[in-house]
Amino acid sequence: MKAPDRRSFLKISGTSLGIGVLYSAYPAAVAKGEVGNIFASLGRSNGEKVTPFSFVQLSDAHVGFNGPPDPLGTKAFERAVDMVNALPQRPDLILFTGDLTHDTEDRDVHVQRMKQFQEISKKLNVPLIKHVPGEHDAGLDGGALYREFFGDSHYAFDHRGVHFVALDNVSRAKPEIGAEQLAWLKKDLSRFPKSAPIVVFTHRPLFDLRPDWEWFTSDGDDVMNVVTPYDNVTVLYGHIHRDDEHEIGKVHHYAARSLIFAFPDPTGVSGPRKPIPFDKDHPFKNLGIRSVTVNGKAAPGANSVAIDDVELTAREFSGINGVHQFLKNPNI
Amino acid sequence: MTRTNCLRTVCATALPLVLAAFLTASSVRPAQADDVPVVEITAKRFAFSPDKITLKKGQTVKLRLHSEDVTHGFFLRPLKLDEEIPAGETAEVAVTPQTAGTFTTICDHFCGANHGNMNMTIVVE
Repeated sequence: MKAPDRRSFLKISGTSLGIGVLYSAYPAAVAKGEVGNIFASLGRSNGEKVTPFSFVQLSDAHVGFNGPPDPLGTKAFERAVDMVNALPQRPDLILFTGDLTHDTEDRDVHVQRMKQFQEISKKLNVPLIKHVPGEHDAGLDGGALYREFFGDSHYAFDHRGVHFVALDNVSRAKPEIGAEQLAWLKKDLSRFPKSAPIVVFTHRPLFDLRPDWEWFTSDGDDVMNVVTPYDNVTVLYGHIHRDDEHEIGKVHHYAARSLIFAFPDPTGVSGPRKPIPFDKDHPFKNLGIRSVTVNGKAAPGANSVAIDDVELTAREFSGINGVHQFLKNPNI
Repeated sequence: MTRTNCLRTVCATALPLVLAAFLTASSVRPAQADDVPVVEITAKRFAFSPDKITLKKGQTVKLRLHSEDVTHGFFLRPLKLDEEIPAGETAEVAVTPQTAGTFTTICDHFCGANHGNMNMTIVVE
């Protein structure tokens, strides 16, 4: 039997709700009967066989934020929880990519915001929830309070044969990983073969998306140098409050929308970043459904992306209709 | 130890140190240091003042960055600027722009809610 293309191993399907992104990870060659071969190969290489599963990325809830343009507070976050719980296929885990809370210099207030975040997120009927901090969680105190609530800000774990890496590019106050974390990353990945499926999740983009809006990580190139030798790397991040896809070399980068307000497409926009104005008649505008199917059936290093965007209204966003709309993509 | 011996000991120990310190300081600061233009920039949540400066390509200037409140950053990759301005303190950095253009320098040290739009413009002509 022809050996399966290692780059075609991880297939990711995503649906962005504006409330987050649902990913399904499963072997791309399932339909070709190569499952056993792939599973055996990965089982030997990283100790655990990859089995199909799905997970959801949520980002940028900014619990405690009460300024313009968004008067809805935590409503989108709470709606996201309801939507995730209504999924017919329960996700294995949630990845929350930072800015769980909005910053404040009043420690007691920030404590209350962290508690409120936990109160809402604990309603998620998902067995595993993982977080990384955003600068609004950790930028003012070096991440001390964040770690009290959520533990380490960078770590790694394995789930059903996929290696997940949480990177912290906010706690040093600057948009950077830092030498110590970079050394840890090198060591962590060194035990994996180049074919291992790896999902990196972090807050800021690891490349220069829009540096004058601080949409970058200053030592992101160093991170890329560490992960680029691996064939199946997906980077998930938040921070930019909009969905975005970039393919850099073999690495695919995906940003999730926020749970508070949206930023515009930076292309061609000069000057300071400004949130998209709130539309009271369409309070969830720009939080529309974005269905993405990514498969690795193309040539090594290439990628095939299918997008299905459906803008939500508040009515469509609620109740069973919203769930049905979310489920429009039959692949999910 | 007599007072004379004590004085000799002090001189033998201290004078070389003073001389070394003088020479070190002289080597760090160029003889024409006073000829280098100085640009004063103040950082205060969530703006730089002035918010725009103009430099000449190839001409060295010294940027004197002062924070009036918390720690700020001063980052502009094309001009190789990556400074930290400690809270209430002043940092200095020399820059010799090699490329003409209009650049946006940002505060890259998180300083509060509106940190994301704390920036200024540097024009190089």
